[in-house]
Amino acid sequence: MNMSRIVRTVADISFPFILIYGFYIVVHGHLTPGGGFQGGAVIATGIVLLVAAHGHEAVARQITGNLLKNAETFGLLLFIITALIAILLGQGFFTNWLANTGMLFGTPVAFGPGPGDLNTAGVIPIMNIAVGIEVLGALSIILYYMLSGAQEAR
Amino acid sequence: MFYNLPFIAVAVIAALGIVTMLLRQNLIKMIMGLSLIESAVNLFLVALGYREGGIAPIFTNAPAGEMVMPTVQAMTLTNIVIGIATTAMLLSFVMVIYRKYGTANAQYMRKLRG
Amino acid sequence: MIPDIIMHNLPAFLIAVPMFAAFATPLIGRLGNERVRDAWVLLAMALTAAVAVLLAAQVYSAGTLVYTFGGASPGIPVPADSGGIPVRIIFTIDAMSAFMALIAGIVGFSVTAYSMASQSRSSGRESYYMLLLLLTVGVLGMVCTGDLFNFFVFLEISSLAGAALVASRVDRGVAVEAGLKYAVLSTLGGLLVLFAVALLYGQYGSLNMALIAHQMQFTVLDMVALVLLVTALAMKCGAVPMHFWTPDAYSMAPAPVTAFLVVASQASLYGLFRVVFTLYNVTLNYSLVGWFIIIIGVLSMVVGVTMALPQKDVMRLMAYHAVSQTGYMLLGVGVGLAVLGDETLMSTFGLTAMEGGIFHIINHAMYKGLLFLTAGAVFYRTGTRNLNQMGGLGHNMKWTMVFFIIGALAIAGIPPFNGFASKLMIYESVFLFNPFLSIIAMVVSILTLASFVKVFHSVFMGPQLPEYQDVKEVPAYMLIGMGILALVVIVFGLFPQVVVDGLVAPAASALVDQSSYIASVLGGI
Repeated sequence: MNMSRIVRTVADISFPFILIYGFYIVVHGHLTPGGGFQGGAVIATGIVLLVAAHGHEAVARQITGNLLKNAETFGLLLFIITALIAILLGQGFFTNWLANTGMLFGTPVAFGPGPGDLNTAGVIPIMNIAVGIEVLGALSIILYYMLSGAQEAR
Repeated sequence: MFYNLPFIAVAVIAALGIVTMLLRQNLIKMIMGLSLIESAVNLFLVALGYREGGIAPIFTNAPAGEMVMPTVQAMTLTNIVIGIATTAMLLSFVMVIYRKYGTANAQYMRKLRG
Repeated sequence: MIPDIIMHNLPAFLIAVPMFAAFATPLIGRLGNERVRDAWVLLAMALTAAVAVLLAAQVYSAGTLVYTFGGASPGIPVPADSGGIPVRIIFTIDAMSAFMALIAGIVGFSVTAYSMASQSRSSGRESYYMLLLLLTVGVLGMVCTGDLFNFFVFLEISSLAGAALVASRVDRGVAVEAGLKYAVLSTLGGLLVLFAVALLYGQYGSLNMALIAHQMQFTVLDMVALVLLVTALAMKCGAVPMHFWTPDAYSMAPAPVTAFLVVASQASLYGLFRVVFTLYNVTLNYSLVGWFIIIIGVLSMVVGVTMALPQKDVMRLMAYHAVSQTGYMLLGVGVGLAVLGDETLMSTFGLTAMEGGIFHIINHAMYKGLLFLTAGAVFYRTGTRNLNQMGGLGHNMKWTMVFFIIGALAIAGIPPFNGFASKLMIYESVFLFNPFLSIIAMVVSILTLASFVKVFHSVFMGPQLPEYQDVKEVPAYMLIGMGILALVVIVFGLFPQVVVDGLVAPAASALVDQSSYIASVLGGI
């Protein structure tokens, strides 16, 4: 079931923008409203748009179910390993071991009003990215399974 | 009165959800009722944390004055995420049931009685 | 011997090990072959059980353990600059929590070992193992957490994983129907819990159980929250009159999942006790709430066993017995609650009744798990669960028969098995409280025996049926899974006093002693 050419073209054009917007929400999760789950959901809606325009099978050839499953696993593992590293460093589980260290995302927050610095907040952005990857994989794979179930029924 | 409006809305939405769950025979409508109750709980949580004239709870360089409570907002977000997972699972169950039984009406699926 | 870094972070590892294993299972399943994945899951479960044992040893020797997530030093629950408020998610593990974690560890390991063989013929095993590990995470988190919202999250994790596992045999519509029923009721229960948590948070501005217990005023809103919590958790633990999901979910799930769902229900039971004893305790009207718990306990016992008698599906029959046995735990602990305010009555029989009820929790998890596993073993070989179609299986499945006898005698309360030990404690102490209740409990026990004699007779006794001529004993993994539980049943039955003194009595006194729970988190306030 293919939509008209206009719908397909518009979907193709808008997909990268949705992707970028989703990544923006994920990466800026510690500064602006949003975060991993919300951004991941936005990216998943981009995939929904593609599926609606091109049909499930055509999309599943490009973005395979295995790819999404791997994304889900990768996100989950990144999340829990980030939390576990804190234990190896002698701190509690889930401790923010990167904050204010000067390393990645480790710049101390400047005092006083300001727009916020992306390179702050320690492990929180990393966990946001992990959740974002996990959610985009999980929501898309749920959609894939539901669609394939619906097609079997037909 | 005006301050209580969200809580009245919570009661109304939750009542609608419960009535939907009890009176509707269609499984998908029952799940809708469940989602309504969930929305009522979410609204209740957010309304609890509201402070009149409060600012967003960002702690560095916050101006003086009241803040809205951040914990309930985090709880609401968590509940939304859990709710999505639950709803997706319930709907896939209904899809399987529809495929096996040919109906999504709760009256016809009483194979497990007794 | 064991590095300090592990010993200091045991509560974190209790959650982290099964969670990490669950997340990595699909990856390992895709990279390696089936053996590697099976070994991985088994190893993860063994490690989880080992962490639970270590944790229990630590808690029983050193007292209540507090672990703060996200804190640079996890042992300090209240940060110095927070004004005496525990702001982070805190695991508060007292003897009762450690006791429940121990149960989950033992049963979890044996059902995983059993699943290695019993699930080998079904597809989608990666998801199965992942969900089983996540169910373990949920149960362990529920029993260890000291934070109300965290309790809700783990409750939902275990509900979702449990419902998906119940429906895991998708090829049969009824399994999905049972899963749907379980999922809808669990979600509803979870939302009630969350509503109650919100009510408590709105008043006390905290989610920490110890802090709320410390400040508890017992206002009208607290009463509403209590009713919501008790209703939701009683529903989740399968007590009458909210038991209707139990037989469906228990009978339709694969046998190892059912054995673990029993533990998941008991985690809800733990939540119920925790709410009543730790969160509210002194503010409650003891005899009112105590009698409420006693009444739902007695109703569960009677309704469960009477519904079990006419059943023909062996799993369904056992599921009704699970409802009935939950009643014993509610009865024992309810009697303890009803006399909590009275020092003399408490020391004469109240504490014994509670110990009996709590001892029954571990006993029930062991023998009921064992019975479900034997039913699964019979189903594995014969392909039917209908009692009328089975017979004469004792000729070929000797080990399964032995395990079934052990489980059946234990559930019926026959000495020298563990069911007798805990039931005797309940009879004796409840008799002093109210003789009538004790007599009901004994009658229920006799009916239980009658019901299991029927099952034993129709499954294992009689001449060998022609269609089961070639039935063999089940594979070794399944025997190992059943053997572990049977061993625990026998050991607990032979040395009940050691177990009561060593494991159960500290758990019961930890549950009663609200002030030390609060002090362990808030310091000496």
